[in-house]
Amino acid sequence: MPVRIYETCAEAVADIFDGAVIMSGGFGPAGTPNNLIRALRDQGAKNLTCIANAAGVRNRLDILCESGQMRRLIASYPIYPSNPVISAFEERWRAQEVELELVPQGTLAERIRAGGAGLGGFYTPVGVGTVAEIGKEKRVIGGKEYLLELPLRADFALLKACKADLRGNLIYRGTARNFSPLMAMAANTVIVEVDEIVPCGELDPEVIVTPGIFVDRLVKVKKIVV
Amino acid sequence: MIALRVAKELRDGDVVNLGIGLPTLVSNFITPDVSIWLHSENGVLGFGPIVDEDEEQDLEYVNAGSQPITLLPGASFFDSAMAFAMIRTGRVDVTVLGGLQVSAKGDLANWMVPSRGVGSIGGAMDLIAGVKRVIVAMTHTSKNGEPKIVDECTFPLSGRRCVNTIITDLAVIEVTPEGLLLKEVAPGVSIDEVRAATAAPLIVASDCREMVF
Repeated sequence: MPVRIYETCAEAVADIFDGAVIMSGGFGPAGTPNNLIRALRDQGAKNLTCIANAAGVRNRLDILCESGQMRRLIASYPIYPSNPVISAFEERWRAQEVELELVPQGTLAERIRAGGAGLGGFYTPVGVGTVAEIGKEKRVIGGKEYLLELPLRADFALLKACKADLRGNLIYRGTARNFSPLMAMAANTVIVEVDEIVPCGELDPEVIVTPGIFVDRLVKVKKIVV
Repeated sequence: MIALRVAKELRDGDVVNLGIGLPTLVSNFITPDVSIWLHSENGVLGFGPIVDEDEEQDLEYVNAGSQPITLLPGASFFDSAMAFAMIRTGRVDVTVLGGLQVSAKGDLANWMVPSRGVGSIGGAMDLIAGVKRVIVAMTHTSKNGEPKIVDECTFPLSGRRCVNTIITDLAVIEVTPEGLLLKEVAPGVSIDEVRAATAAPLIVASDCREMVF
């Protein structure tokens, strides 16, 4: 399917449905798709499962908690353990309105990558001997213990990239890259807010990070970094 | 002061990952004569000191603590899966992590305070599983004055038998098969004070001395 350019984020997220699984890129303030997240908040889809590194820690994905739209969060860093300030996410979690699945960050990245790569699962040594191993198949391979981890996929991915061309090829900027190239492969509909959309041929094929084959929707935005 | 002392542990050529909070301060104390390669889990290798508060902050160039960073020549950007591949395969030599508790055998608890009911793992478990050396940089006691170095951790673990060195505002302690070895005390701090603040047996090194910076 060719990539479609949208005039507004509102139009790009209009068909996100109740109960959808949404991946959101970003690590802290870098690469979080703030325009798309706000548009999703305004659109009002409910009972959402969000997959992201964090919600409410140096980002504001948790505006979806404030609005009551997020039902479940799969993340690696949902709160600051040594900071007593309670985010909107933690408030709703304490009220038992939002569930949390806590995943070590490397495992989260690789589960998303596996989902994007068509794999059925993988074995990681991370988390053996901790709560991360609860309920998971453990296996000894080459004399070392591993946990079986399963892939993650989503209905939609909301991403922030730096530049896109008309084929949907993406480049990112600095540490704003993080989870986005992985999520771009692992969602059925990939929606990207970008600083700039350029004609085909302007992006050097050597530097493209996400080939346009993975990208469905583009919106040119004025970048919000919070 | 802890960050300054931690910086002295780093060897020329080390690839170093600094955890958020106190550990990220270490990046500002690395002396020019020691050439290390800073790695951050959010996808950058080869960055320098944290940008001064009064300078322009580009929030698309941040470390694991979301602080804006400068880049050094030869830096590279990559995605999170690659960042953790570097970690899991032992290409990151040293990690400096914060700690809530460290046990006498080197277990580390740093992702959840039980009374809060929820915590954050981040990259800590991956780092523990992958790197060659784990340095814990933390205050010796909690805000309530409770010892953080204990016989057995009561907080949920980030890793077992994984800590090599503990650096606090009171001491430098190595985790050895024989037990916790007190190697240095902070300026003006006595061995007895360190013992009083530690809830696990300490072996005092024969050459135990004051920290040198």
